[in-house]
Amino acid sequence: MKFGRFLTGLGALIVVGVAGAFVYAWKPKIAPIKPPDRGSFHQALVEHGAKLAAVGNCTACHTNPGGKSFAGGLTIPTPFGTIYSSNITPDAETGIGTWSEAAFQRAMREGVGRKGEHLYPAFPYDHFTNVSDDDNRALYAFLMTRQPVKATPPPNELPFPLNVRLVLAGWKMLFFRDGAYQVDASQSEEWNRGAYLVNGLGHCGACHTPRNALGAEKASLHLAGGEAEGWSAFALDGSSPAPVVWDKDSLYTYLRQGWHPDHGVANGPMGEVTGNLGLLPDSDIRAMATYIASIMGEPSAERRAKSDKLLEEIKSGPITSAISADPSASGGKGAVIYEAACAVCHENGRPQPFGGLDLRLSSTVHAPDAQNAINMVLYGLPAASGRTSAIMPGFADVLTNDQLNDLLGYLRQHFTDQPAWTDVVQRAADTRTGKYHVSVRPSDGIERGPSNIGAEDQ
Amino acid sequence: MKLNVNGSTHEVDADPATPLLYVLRNDLELNAAKFGCGLGQCGACTVMVDGKAIFSCLTPILLLEGREIKTVEGLGTIDSPGPMQQAFIEEQAAQCGYCIPGMMMRAQALLQSKPDASDAEIQTTLETNLCRCGTHMRILKAVKRARELMKTAAMAPASGERKV
Ligand code: FES
Ligand code: FES
Repeated sequence: MKFGRFLTGLGALIVVGVAGAFVYAWKPKIAPIKPPDRGSFHQALVEHGAKLAAVGNCTACHTNPGGKSFAGGLTIPTPFGTIYSSNITPDAETGIGTWSEAAFQRAMREGVGRKGEHLYPAFPYDHFTNVSDDDNRALYAFLMTRQPVKATPPPNELPFPLNVRLVLAGWKMLFFRDGAYQVDASQSEEWNRGAYLVNGLGHCGACHTPRNALGAEKASLHLAGGEAEGWSAFALDGSSPAPVVWDKDSLYTYLRQGWHPDHGVANGPMGEVTGNLGLLPDSDIRAMATYIASIMGEPSAERRAKSDKLLEEIKSGPITSAISADPSASGGKGAVIYEAACAVCHENGRPQPFGGLDLRLSSTVHAPDAQNAINMVLYGLPAASGRTSAIMPGFADVLTNDQLNDLLGYLRQHFTDQPAWTDVVQRAADTRTGKYHVSVRPSDGIERGPSNIGAEDQ
Repeated sequence: MKLNVNGSTHEVDADPATPLLYVLRNDLELNAAKFGCGLGQCGACTVMVDGKAIFSCLTPILLLEGREIKTVEGLGTIDSPGPMQQAFIEEQAAQCGYCIPGMMMRAQALLQSKPDASDAEIQTTLETNLCRCGTHMRILKAVKRARELMKTAAMAPASGERKV
């Protein structure tokens, strides 16, 4: 009897809770509009929007490699299931053609679609909420003047209850705070501009901040290193694995040109980011570098000294000429592989970005986990189509997982002071089977556009 | 160490760090695979290992114990060319010919694992192989022809005439 009463009580509570959540969760529909005329947008506004869309890297998720720009349909694997990106071309039926500017502003600010539906946070509105109304207006003008494409992405593959969008209201209640960027008056204007770009439209944290079990960024570990499309997105705070310490200038150079002589070439999804940033004025890139350098903070005297010493050593040439590649010695197999397959480029003295990086400088080889090293060795860096670019051949078809393990063991031992990675064989197996989904991108371009022959999903 | 090339086993006396390309050309006198760049950037040295196309210039023989290596010499003979070779002859795809063995081996690997590879797949797959003469259109035509010839060859009764 008592138990029955408890159940009734519980039931009532759930009903009230659900009703309350419903009220909180309910968002009104915004009336559809007739797709606006191209001529109704000022050209200058559209051009400004193009730059902003580049900062937002919108094309990366909203374009399928080889498909039409912004037509969506890209597979986005998440720990919860697969999401397919939406069509954000101004097609009235399948895109956002019927969205008014108010609907667009609300999607960016609150993560709610025109019909009032909550959007999945794969769309990083936790960052985009910072974007100013003016910038959203320009983005809207840019997107509404793209070529409309009729294309409906496949339905998301999410298990119950995640396939019920109302659940997202709960997620938002827990993890999402809407509101425009708040200027930090104690910092310079440049710093604030950088913070606005990095934490807002640039959504750097979407990859570079670790996430909790429910897929939200851990606020306390802001930019402390995360994951992106099967790649480790290295820490941008004091825990950066870079052997040579980053500073404002090197960050600027790297973001500006996609590579830096002391750090190498952007790869994986970062290649697209630096490719996209190409549209931005120098001042904005400098602002981002300023902000990120401040997040990294001043390195310790010890770290600085180590970094300076390394740069000194690099000047006097490669170190491995002294190594005897004896396959029967312990670690010897890895040395043999390195000598035959890697050293020809990584030690031939050809400068960045077209020569191989001296691996003493490589963040990938110094990283806490082996994933990026595995990705690089297996899939390399494909050539960008139609222009000069850094490339690296992949070795997936020649190295077994054990041989890869030998190689990475050698690299870790000879080029770093870091402990050996212990899970290379398993990780490599999961990477090859696709259990761990990796996207492979050329180094220097916005390669999801129409003729992106270099990009593929592994 | 022992290397299995084109179906027969060879005892090779070479440093395990030696790239396969040098062993093929210098020790085994199989000269189809070419040295272009030695950096994995041109594809002239492409051969097959366990059915996959690889750059032999970057592959130390240490990695190849017990694995099946195949070169253009293993695709057929002058008297009895294999379908890939036949197709390249019929389309007269070689200009200077330097890139051709690499092109053939990469195309062979593709069509063996995917007999119905689309034209686009053929083009994307061959992207890693360069041709300095610019005879790409004929090469692509030859590979497409090989796609058809390989199907016919696979269907033909085993007469021993044309071995694949
Ligand atoms: S010689 Fe091997 S790829 Fe050029
Ligand atoms: S035919 Fe001369 S390099 Fe291709």
